[in-house]
Amino acid sequence: MQRDPDSSRKYGLPSFSDIGTLVRLAVVGALALVFVVAFAAAAGWLSPGRLTQDRMIAAFTQVNGPHPGFRRNHAKGVCGTGTFESNGNGEHLSSATVFKSGRMPVVARFAFAGGQPFVTDGPGIVRSLAISFRPPGGEEWRTGMIDIPVFPVRDPHVFYEQLVAGAPDPATGKPDPAKMEAFRAAHPDIARTTGIIKQHPFSSGFGDETYNALNAFRFVSATGAVTPVRWSVVPETPSTPQPQDQGADRGKNYLFDELIAAVGRGPLRWHLVVTLGHRGDPTDDATVPWPDAREHVDVGTVTIDRIEAEAPGNCRDINYDPLVLPAGIEPSDDPLLSARSAAYSESFRLRAGEPKTQSAVQVGAEGGK
Amino acid sequence: MAPKIVNDVFPPFSRILHWLMAVMILAMLLIGIAMVAALDDYHRLVSIHKPLGMLILVLVAVRLINRLFQPPPPLPAAMPAWQQIIAHASHFALYGLMFALPMVGWGMLSAARYPIVLWGPLQLPPILPHSLPLYTVLRDAHTVLAYLLFLTFLAHFAAAMMHALIYRDGVFQSMASWRGRATRPADPPSGAAS
Repeated sequence: MQRDPDSSRKYGLPSFSDIGTLVRLAVVGALALVFVVAFAAAAGWLSPGRLTQDRMIAAFTQVNGPHPGFRRNHAKGVCGTGTFESNGNGEHLSSATVFKSGRMPVVARFAFAGGQPFVTDGPGIVRSLAISFRPPGGEEWRTGMIDIPVFPVRDPHVFYEQLVAGAPDPATGKPDPAKMEAFRAAHPDIARTTGIIKQHPFSSGFGDETYNALNAFRFVSATGAVTPVRWSVVPETPSTPQPQDQGADRGKNYLFDELIAAVGRGPLRWHLVVTLGHRGDPTDDATVPWPDAREHVDVGTVTIDRIEAEAPGNCRDINYDPLVLPAGIEPSDDPLLSARSAAYSESFRLRAGEPKTQSAVQVGAEGGK
Repeated sequence: MAPKIVNDVFPPFSRILHWLMAVMILAMLLIGIAMVAALDDYHRLVSIHKPLGMLILVLVAVRLINRLFQPPPPLPAAMPAWQQIIAHASHFALYGLMFALPMVGWGMLSAARYPIVLWGPLQLPPILPHSLPLYTVLRDAHTVLAYLLFLTFLAHFAAAMMHALIYRDGVFQSMASWRGRATRPADPPSGAAS
């Protein structure tokens, strides 16, 4: 005997003439819709005005044009390898293995800020040094540093506005001065940061330059003590000012070629100097320098003894995401950090899948070691 | 002959795993789709996404083993064969995706040479060599599989609601019951008369 003779009939098409069934069907649909709406809201599809990774990357493309296969920013660069010799001075500040006394390999990248991989070298372009520290045990630390003393803007949204304001006008092919003027008027603080940046002229080349991680981080010691920090790498090579004949015809890649030649003559060294912040020093504002009186701790020496052109598997294929941090180094509340991490990751995702063109900077036999 | 007794609800441990993972996977899908657009919240989201994904990978293994020892109750015999086939296929797809998504995620991070940080100094080793072409394939696959999982989840949820509100055949209650493991006489095979 079948328990319910009608039991298989209920699995057919529901009766649309029965109001109760219709209501229950509507409830099923409405509940499913809740999840669809939640998904769409999380994706940002319901807030098209929101600043997303896509829009940030699109702004770089608007400024620089499309350059498939290259980083969307800091596009022109060259790889360097060498070592970091930690002197142990940082060990009491951070539990990260990178600060224990000892040597470890580093994979670095020298680059120009900006998204043009074939830009002609010039004395006025911001330079960067990114380093991946590889201590034993696999806990990597990556940092991207630039040779200006403060970041021009505090907030990723303002950074985006600045980027768009400086984008070439499609009609003239040049940035519209009125747009930049409007940006400056809307963000008067830019005059202050530009002033600070102008007080620190660039050095003559990549090898004698100081590079600053402008964002603040937190060092956490083995005992749990937290110190707000910023860090820089300071060259052992005495810094010389820009030569007067700047702008003269010195070759499309002269700054990179000089770096390659310098490393060919002998390793270049930088000291990793950590600045210890005090309570009250801003950690969420990369536009504000900390007082000069803050304690600086030299935690070790970065040695670059080999330069090589970007190629598969070397620095080209590393995302120098500033939030690749070992235990013992934590992000601060600086809003630029998460935005940098996000934009770098999206730039990496895009360029990884694009066809590659040979980088502008190529290295002959003089690349060191 | 005494009627054969079958369990009409999932064992309590299976139900706990199901609902725990339901919440985790839904959170994972929402975090995932949000973080690929996010700037300000990107780091917060990605810091949850990676360890949560690995936890789901562990739990899906626990769940598969549990399923071998404590099989789910049979679907009602009266359910048409095609619906039973779709139900089983969707469960198979859910298991496959729950396993594939974290594995592909782990693989793509390995291929990109991102450290796979779980918590503090706790890291997973890379399972693939550093390779951008490999990363690209896996990164794209991660997106496609995530959309598939969301669609499969929607179908699973809608079917569960159909069973709860339209068919009212105890299938939803077999997973959504607060009861202990109650028993009832077995359904006779579909179409059988005695």
